[in-house]
Amino acid sequence: METAKKRMLTGNKAMAEAIAQEMENDKNVFVLGEDIGKYGGIFGSTQGLMEKFGPERVLDTPISETAFIGAAIGAAAEGMRPIAELMFVDFFGVCMDQIYNHMAKIPYMSGGNVRLPMVLMTGVGGGYSDAAQHSQTLYATFAHMPGMKVVAPSTPYDLKGMMASAIRDDNPVVFMFHKSLQGLGWMDQLDYAVGHVPEESYTVPLDKANVMREGKDVTIVGIQMMTHYAMEAAERLAQDGIEAEVIDLRSLAPIDKDTIINSVKKTHRLVVVDEDYRSYGMTAEIAAIVSEEALYELESPIKRLAIPDVPIPYSHVLEDFVLPGPDKIVETVKQMMDEA
Amino acid sequence: MTKFEEKQPSVSVDKLMWMYEQMAKIRYYEDQMVEAYTEGKSPVFNIGEGPVPGEMHLATGQEPAAAGMMVHLTKDDTVTAPHRPHHHAIAKGVDLKKMTAEIFGKESGLGKGKGGHMHLFDPEVKFSCGGIVAAGIPHAVGAAMANKMKGKDWVAVAFIGEGAANAGAFHESLNLAALWNLPLIIVVEDNSYGISVPKTASTSVESNDLRASAYGVAGAYVKDNDPVAMYKASEEAVNRARNGQGPTIIEIETFRFLGHFQGDPELYRDKEEVPGLRARDPIMKLRQQLLDAEHVNEPELEEIETRVKQEVDEAYQFARDSNYPKPEAALDDVFTS
Repeated sequence: METAKKRMLTGNKAMAEAIAQEMENDKNVFVLGEDIGKYGGIFGSTQGLMEKFGPERVLDTPISETAFIGAAIGAAAEGMRPIAELMFVDFFGVCMDQIYNHMAKIPYMSGGNVRLPMVLMTGVGGGYSDAAQHSQTLYATFAHMPGMKVVAPSTPYDLKGMMASAIRDDNPVVFMFHKSLQGLGWMDQLDYAVGHVPEESYTVPLDKANVMREGKDVTIVGIQMMTHYAMEAAERLAQDGIEAEVIDLRSLAPIDKDTIINSVKKTHRLVVVDEDYRSYGMTAEIAAIVSEEALYELESPIKRLAIPDVPIPYSHVLEDFVLPGPDKIVETVKQMMDEA
Repeated sequence: MTKFEEKQPSVSVDKLMWMYEQMAKIRYYEDQMVEAYTEGKSPVFNIGEGPVPGEMHLATGQEPAAAGMMVHLTKDDTVTAPHRPHHHAIAKGVDLKKMTAEIFGKESGLGKGKGGHMHLFDPEVKFSCGGIVAAGIPHAVGAAMANKMKGKDWVAVAFIGEGAANAGAFHESLNLAALWNLPLIIVVEDNSYGISVPKTASTSVESNDLRASAYGVAGAYVKDNDPVAMYKASEEAVNRARNGQGPTIIEIETFRFLGHFQGDPELYRDKEEVPGLRARDPIMKLRQQLLDAEHVNEPELEEIETRVKQEVDEAYQFARDSNYPKPEAALDDVFTS
């Protein structure tokens, strides 16, 4: 039997396709942000939308994040479904009041009487020498504050499906896309930035982690680039007879505890890998969840890999030192197995 | 008195010569950076590769803003610059070797390789810059405040792009500086685009000096990227600030000969635009004015050009010869000791 050739898309094309399909289905959906019109988004997330929907629904904004994110909140309260792009997550500083004091709290403070069906999408991640103000992920900063769903998909398939879900969700969703996973021509050409994406519209839930690889010896939880590095590490570990189970977290808030705990019950070992700062971060949160709910399942102490509480340095030798990668994951797992 | 000074007695030709030298140095520096940045990025462009990775925003064509202001400043005056900072840094007298080493990610750099091209700090000459649009303006307000508290006549100058004038920090800072009558100058370099978005699509007024009246401060507009006009507007603003007469906004119409960053496909602007701008090169214009004034002759200008090239070449060589930091140095400097 002949199998049909799978349709392959880059991460950014998958996202843009989801937005276009939702815009076709719902006239209340519109997009606003810096360079999202003719340029198609600095990371390509809105490519083709201006041509298709015009400047009434695809709005290039001035460099006025407080104003346009605040305006998205105001429009969402009136029943529109805005998608606002904060170009780099690092730029959150100029507009965080709108994000966490308003977007995240208005639904709660109104006793659920005000809905904010909006998406705040933003580019995250480093690894290409963009230094301390353009390389952060800040996963935990956003996930820490209640009132926002925070997702960070790792594959083109999930980027499309979770963007559709985010747009349809009646709550504010912070949608983080990793710059290196967008499939941009001017960055590293990574195999995992391209993947199978069906043309028809579909959704992927905003609260479910994904078991990317099954294994019995150790659970490695990652997100975005760290998931892919965990997969690379797992392949190498398999050559040494160690079978790692890799979980792609996908959703930081709400977090899918069950998938993690079920995996730890099977493997009895846990490594958490994060591209965010170590202290008070995702690695700490997952370690705490497993300690609270599955401590006696563990055969060795939980290991965490994350940025060692320094801003992201510019020079590549320094940046390579602070970012977790496949080597560090392999080394950590092997150490863990040896200690057993 | 030169012919130029006969016509424009308020302008010192010696100072114009200084400006010419700075502008020539900046231009050559940026030209060399185009080359260095391209290394390791062809045939396939990858932003993370080569001796100078990451984003690179060059100031080729924008030299008059920096030179025309800095000619009136000393090392006691503070300058804050944005993500496109090389012209300001050079004209302010930032250590060229250490600056270049920083951009190459080396241990001998201004920030030991931690900052990179958008994050250059040289407290010796009171220079800083940053990668967040408009963020340097309040820092300049603070420097101006410190100068006033210390009883000095030092001024603080914030350079920004025209896109930054729509950020809250611009408006909040102007109100504060006016309210406290601070020696602050904001130089808005209007190169027509905030990345891809034209000024006409982002800004409610024709030029940002018009916004001065909203804050009760002085405003000045410099058209056609003109070095002499920038000199004059800056001199007035600096005098005003030094004399305790408060802030000024200067907007200069300038030219971005290159993309927002190196590698920018520039699909948002007409192919004919850049050649048209290059035909109005401010460095060639000033050069001709100096020759016409019979203040210098061709060989003397060439001598300047040779001198700055040598200085820049030495800085690049220093950067290339310097060592990378030790990887574990990434953990240092989170707190100062």
